[in-house]
Order: sequence, then structure tokens, then C-alpha cells
Amino acid sequence: MSDQTHIPAGHDLAPGEEEQHSVGERILGYVVGLVLALLLTATSFFIAGTDLVWQPSIPVALIVLAIAQMGVHLVFFLHITTGPDNTNNVLALAFGLLVVFLVVGGTVWIMSHLNGNMPPMDQIMRMRT
Amino acid sequence: MSMTATVGHAHADPHHIGVVIEHPGPASKRIVTAYGFWVFLLSDIVMFSCFFAAYAVLSGQTADGPKGSEIFEQRNVAIETVCLLLSSFTCGMASIAADVRNRLWFYLGMAVTCVLGLIFLTIEFREFADLVARGYGPSRSAFLTSFFSLVGCHGLHVSAGVLWLLTMMAQVFAKGFRADVLRRMMCFALFWHALDIIWVGVFSVVYLLGGAP
Repeated sequence: MSDQTHIPAGHDLAPGEEEQHSVGERILGYVVGLVLALLLTATSFFIAGTDLVWQPSIPVALIVLAIAQMGVHLVFFLHITTGPDNTNNVLALAFGLLVVFLVVGGTVWIMSHLNGNMPPMDQIMRMRT
Repeated sequence: MSMTATVGHAHADPHHIGVVIEHPGPASKRIVTAYGFWVFLLSDIVMFSCFFAAYAVLSGQTADGPKGSEIFEQRNVAIETVCLLLSSFTCGMASIAADVRNRLWFYLGMAVTCVLGLIFLTIEFREFADLVARGYGPSRSAFLTSFFSLVGCHGLHVSAGVLWLLTMMAQVFAKGFRADVLRRMMCFALFWHALDIIWVGVFSVVYLLGGAP
């Protein structure tokens, strides 16, 4: 908070808060978000059960669709945008995402290599006895 | 939010080149409260990421028990997803109604949100009860342990959200749209939307990826 001079005075936005819009514009924002989210959800469920696409591409497609839908939720429902009034909110989000990717990515990475670098558990048990 | 002369000046110079603003002073209580709650939500998401990591590691450890593709029903999951999405939308409508102090639309939006949340919880509870009745409880295999803890943790959050929703309706009924009540309403809306974001991860990773044969 030491470099607050970079932020226009009195012009921060709380997370979840929008710039001053009319009620109609705000409702329209939620409708757009709902339609986009429903489309992405329908695509996810369709992709998961279809034979039309190359099967090994399905997990990647599902993850990409999920990240896209999370983005839609963040922008249209939580109103986290890249505007200058949202800097603090986006920085907190970026740090949270960093921790999430370290935890999930690190766990999956390490655990998938565990069997390659360690003898299987029953072998260790036999060595002890 | 107080609009000072410097704000207009800063807008004319969006990259803040050569603009020296005096110390802006403390942020308004609405911003401080919501920002603190935002940090809590992010820490909650970090906690969920641990459950996701556990599920990703353990999803293959079925101990000769059922695999994901044998116990997940896509149709129920689709209904749950649509319920939560629509409830996120109606929650947004209720928060707009609270901002313009329209009691009728506020109660209506919150009531619909509550009903959709309860439908979600009912479907999830029946799914859990059905699995336990078939002998596929959380103690059956590591996969089922991680499944029940991840999805159950989200379900607990939704239950807490429904309780909070009811207290928000009661507070507006008893106290009206006071500034502190509106702050709590903003935090509640953030919480409910964040739950929907986590559910996107749950249905994609657990039910769609984990349900693949």
C-alpha cells in the first residue's frame, strides 16, 4: 500500500463492484454472462460424451473450457476487470492463482514421478523385514 | 464514493504520467470490507485447490472399488450445474435490487436463489446417500475419499451460503437497506459467485474428466 500515489484518489473499486452503470446495463451484463456460461457448460457436457472429436483431445478441451468459464464468471459476475480501479483486486487474484497452480501443478507433477524414482511400496516393506 | 478533482485529472491522463496525487487517505469502508472478503475467498479457493490436487492424485486408486465412470450420472450433474448457474444470475439480480433499494425484487431474487440452492443440495445429498447405500461410502477407496471430501466440502459451502442468504433476507426485513447490511449483501454475492466458480472446476475435473471411461 506504499505506492498509493499511483492510484487515482477515491477511485478504487471494491471487488464485485461495478463502475457506475444504469440498472439496465448492469442486468444486461449478467444476462450476457449467463448466456456465455450456459454455452460453455453445454459445450463441456457435449464434448465429454461425444465420439465426434479425437478422443485424446477431450481432457485438454474440458480444462480449456473450464478456465474460459471461470473467466466469464470473474468478469461478468464478480466484475474483476483489468481497469486501473481494479488493480488491487487483480493483484490479489494473481497471487491466489499462483498458489493454486503451485499446489495443483506441483502435486500432480511430483506424484506422477514418484513411482519412477522410488521402488514400489511392497518392495520397501520386503527390504525392511 | 467521493469524486475529487484529481479523479477527473487522472482520467485525462490514464497512464499517470506526470500526475502527482496527494495521499488519497483511507479507502471507504465498503472497499475495505469487500477487499478483505475477496482475500478470504481467494484463500478459500487455495484450500479447494488442495482438495483438487488430492483428487487428481487419488482418482485412479479405486482399490478394486467402483471407478468414476461407473457411479457418476451426467444428467444429475447437468441439472445441478444449471441450478447453480441460474442461482448465480438471480443472486446478481438481487444485489442490483439491493443497490437500488427495491425490496420486492430483492426478496424475489433471493428467494429464487435459495430455492435453486436447495434443489442443488437435494440432488447432491441424494447422490451421496445413494452411493453410501450401495456400499460406496468414503471409506471404500482412496478415490471415493477424495471424491466425497472435495464435493462434500463444496456442498458444505453451499449449505452455509443458503443459511447466510436467509439471514440476509431477515436483516433486510428487520433493518432495511442500511449501509452495513448492503456491505454484507455485497460479501454474500461475492461468496455465492465464488462457489459457482469452484463448481465449474468440480464438474469439469471430477464428473467430466473423472467420469471418462
